[in-house]
Formats: sequence, structure tokens, C-alpha cells
Amino acid sequence: MNTGARRVREWLIERAIQAAGAMAIVFVLAIFAFLLRDALPVFRETTVRELAAGRTWLPTAEPPKLGLLPLLLGSLYVTIGALLISVPLGVACAAFISEVAPRWMRETLKPAVEVLATIPSVVFGFLGLLLVGPWLAELLDLDVPLFAGLGSLMLAFMAMPMIVSLSEDAIRAVPMTLRENSLALGATQWQTIWRVVLPAGRSGIIAAALLGMGRAIGETMTVLMVTGNAAVIPLGLQGFLRPVRTMTATIAAEMGETAYNTPHYHALFAIGLLLFIITFAANTIADVVVRRSSRTSR
Amino acid sequence: MKGTQSMHRPQKLGPRATQAAAFAALWAAAALVLLPVAAILGVMFVRGGRAISWEMLSSAEDGLLPAIVGTVTLVALTAVIAAPLGIAAAVYLREYAPRGPLVRLIRLAIVNLAGVPSVVYGLFGLAVFVTLLGFGRCLLAGACTLALLALPLVITASEEALRQVPERLRAASFALGATRWQTVRRIVLPNALPGIITGLILSVGRAAGETAPILFTAAFIALTKPFPSSVLDPIEALPFRLYYMATEAHGITEDAKWATAAVLVGLVLTINLVAVITRARLRGARRW
Repeated sequence: MNTGARRVREWLIERAIQAAGAMAIVFVLAIFAFLLRDALPVFRETTVRELAAGRTWLPTAEPPKLGLLPLLLGSLYVTIGALLISVPLGVACAAFISEVAPRWMRETLKPAVEVLATIPSVVFGFLGLLLVGPWLAELLDLDVPLFAGLGSLMLAFMAMPMIVSLSEDAIRAVPMTLRENSLALGATQWQTIWRVVLPAGRSGIIAAALLGMGRAIGETMTVLMVTGNAAVIPLGLQGFLRPVRTMTATIAAEMGETAYNTPHYHALFAIGLLLFIITFAANTIADVVVRRSSRTSR
Repeated sequence: MKGTQSMHRPQKLGPRATQAAAFAALWAAAALVLLPVAAILGVMFVRGGRAISWEMLSSAEDGLLPAIVGTVTLVALTAVIAAPLGIAAAVYLREYAPRGPLVRLIRLAIVNLAGVPSVVYGLFGLAVFVTLLGFGRCLLAGACTLALLALPLVITASEEALRQVPERLRAASFALGATRWQTVRRIVLPNALPGIITGLILSVGRAAGETAPILFTAAFIALTKPFPSSVLDPIEALPFRLYYMATEAHGITEDAKWATAAVLVGLVLTINLVAVITRARLRGARRW
């Protein structure tokens, strides 16, 4: 091949590679744009006020009642419950893996946690529905085996691999000299972990919790299958033991039977848009937190 | 266990005793993260394993064959769509991109793409592939949706693989007068291939278990036509089948449900195992 033709060919290939590189940005914008396009017509039927503060979700009623409050609170309950379980447990597990565990144990735990991450969410939903739910309902003497707390519990274990591995990265990134200085001052190993290592790694741990939150609030199949799907507003601690319905479960359960371009269709896209915005914010903040901390520690 | 200092200050444990208690708690935390899940997965494999029969796996009418074939086809098509885009994006980020605000923005977009809820991908797939492009609810629409979901994983894994290629190989290639593209194509990509393939298989394994993205873009329960004859036909898929059996269907035995769950997890674990073995094989053949 002569040099001229090769140069043209390489130029074309390199432009294609460049375009592929920018593709991620295009896709994020496209997802946002299409959600917006199909969500905005909902305001022909309702107002921001009703969406945000309406207490009733009856999208097929005439006229439709499109209050998102029960769904938003349902998602919030399940997600907060999941984080209350998974963050302390996950960070403890990460501290164990990187600071305390004997070598052979570390070599076993890390792949085991990775395997945990590969279990599909529908399987967690299935196990919650057939095994864990009935068992917990009997243990706690509940009327229904499907409730918000069960969703939290299943989600906690699903978010765990992410929280463990990101916190472990954060803990591992703490410079060895900090540990050595602390130990040389006479601190015990635990005092070093608790007062030096964890505080030094806190931005990474916060980022892990934020990403875990994004994961939990966006999780669909598990919550659809185990939280009972009752669009009621959860109240107090008792709310964890009653059925709720999350935003993701609402989309998954209803979109299949919704006609194109109906108010119901647009309302479901509005929920999708809201989910996109929440997870976008969580991911972006986590990214900024990690980046800022890695800059200052250098 | 009591430390010596606790004799003098009974309300507070000494540092040694505190450490012992704290370490015990950390051991317990690690056990709590893994053992319950291991236990319920164990129950699933035992119950499912007992229920699986050859007939159930291979029957097209009431067996799992259409769902297994559907998932394998879907995942293969997803890989075909996601691989070129993802690998090219990784090559750009690793081999071409100048450091600067554009790359920073691309990375932020990748992080965000990885965080988009799977059901939102489903909505996007419905709006774009099913409706706007007119594919309808079918294999192709489902694979496009899943490819989008797998893309950030493919990019991240491929980039990691490219990072592993020693810088001196590139330098040697440039020194011989090769252009950047020649270096990428003849030196960097072949050397990064094991890692890229492993990452691709792992990402696609994730896609194999996804249900929400194919809920309104591809999946159905076959009553009349068990196997797709073109990419524009809807398909059965194992995760969707499991969801359907667990929640909506009547007259399905507990055994069949457990067996389906075991087959799905078995399939996903097999895909991951293949990735690990591929990596070991291909890496063994290459030594720097």
C-alpha cells in the first residue's frame, strides 16, 4: 500500500476511535434527552406540585392520580434501610480484609465477594420471595411475608460487593507511613485502624456509600419481588415491616401494560427521569469526592 | 477477656481488650457478609439440583431450552455490539487522548453510565430501539439495550488491559518508525487481548443475568414460538422466565422454580469461570 492511502486510512480509523471515545458522553446525554422527551408531556395532565406532594398513585383512574410521594418514600425507606446494614458491615469487612485477615483468608474473601457480585438481582428477589421472606415473617410474627425491610436486607447484600471493594481500595490507599507512625507512638493495631486508617480513608468510604446508594435506589427486580408493591406512604419504624412500592418497581411492574403516549406512560418516564437525576447526582458527587481526596493526599 | 487497666477503671476496657473485642467484631462482620448468602445459595443449588432433569432442560414446550437458547443468543449479540465500541473507546482513552477536560468529562460520563439504574436502560431501550427505530420488542432491541448497559464495564476492563501493556513495547515500536495506529494494532492490542477478552466475558456475564432492561424490550413467554427465527423476533430469557415463574404463573411446581434459579446462577457462574480460565490460558502463553 502506498503511503498516501495508508495515511488516509489511518486518519479515518483514528477519527472513528476518537468518536467511540466520546460515545459515553453522547449516550449519557441521549438517555437524559429521551427520558425528558417522554416525561415532559406528563405536565399536560398534572403539575409539579401534584407529582411531588400527591399522596395517591392511581395512574389508571379517570382522571389519573399521579402522586409520586408514596413511591419516592418507598424507595427512600428501602434504600436507607439497605445502607444502614451494608455500610457498617461492608466497611468492617473491608477493614478486616485489608488490615486484620491472615493472608490465606484475604485470598479467599476477595474472590468470594466478587462471586457475590455476579448473582443476578432476579435471583436475590426469588430467594427473598420463596425463602427469606416467609422465614423472617414467621420469626417476626408478621402478617405479610413481603415488606420494606426485606427489600433493604436483600439490597444490602447486593450492594455489599461494591461497598466492600471500594472501601478496601480507600483503606489500602492510606499511606503505610501513617500506620507506622501511629504504631510507633504506642497505639494498638485497632487504635490505628479506628483513629488513623479509617479517618484517613474516609472520603473513599463516603464515595463507596454514595455509589452503594445509587446502586440500591436503582435496583429493580429484587425490590419488585420482595417489597409487596403497595403504593402506600410508609410511616415511622413500623414502615419497615409493611409493604411499600418503590419507583423502580413501579416502572417495571406497570410499563409492560401501559399504552404508548398515555398519561400513565409519561408518568412512568417521569419516574425514570427522577431516578436518572438521583443516581447521576450520587455518582457525580462520589466521583468529585474521590478525585478531590486523591489530589490532596498527593 | 479483661485487660489489666480495667481493674483500675472498671467502666472502660483497656486497649488490648478493646482490640480483641473489635477484631472479633470484624471477623463476625466478614462472616456476616458471606455466610448468609452462601447458605441460601447452597439451599438453592441443593433444591434446584434435585429438581433438574434432562427432560426439563431440553424440552421446548414446558422446559427451559427456549430460555437458555434465548439468553445465550441475547448475550452473544450484546457482546458483538458492545465489543467494538467499548474497545475503541478504551483505545482512545488510553492510547490517543491528551490529558484534559474532554477526557475528564468522558470518564465522568462512563462512571454515570455505569450507575444508571437497569430499569432506566429499559425505558431508554423502549423509547429508542423499540419505538423510535421501530425494531419492536425483539432480540435486537434487547441486545442494543444490554450493550449500552455493558459498555461502561467493557471500556473500564479494556482500559485496564491496555494499561498492563509495558510502555517499553510502545517505545520500541515507535523507535522502529511505526505510526501510532500501527503500534496500537500490531503491538498493543495483541498484547492486551487476554485482558480485553476476559473483561468482555465478565461484562457480558453481568448482562446475562439482567431482567429489567429486557422486560419491555425483548422478553416474552413463548406460547406459540419457542425459538426466534430472526433478530426481530422476541425471545425467552432465563432471568425473565425465573421472574415470571416466581411471581405470575399458576400451576408451576416449587421444584421447577428452584431448578430455574439454579440453572440461571449456574449459567452466570459458568460464564465467569470461562473468563477466569481464558485469562489464565492466554496469559500463560505470553511472557514479558
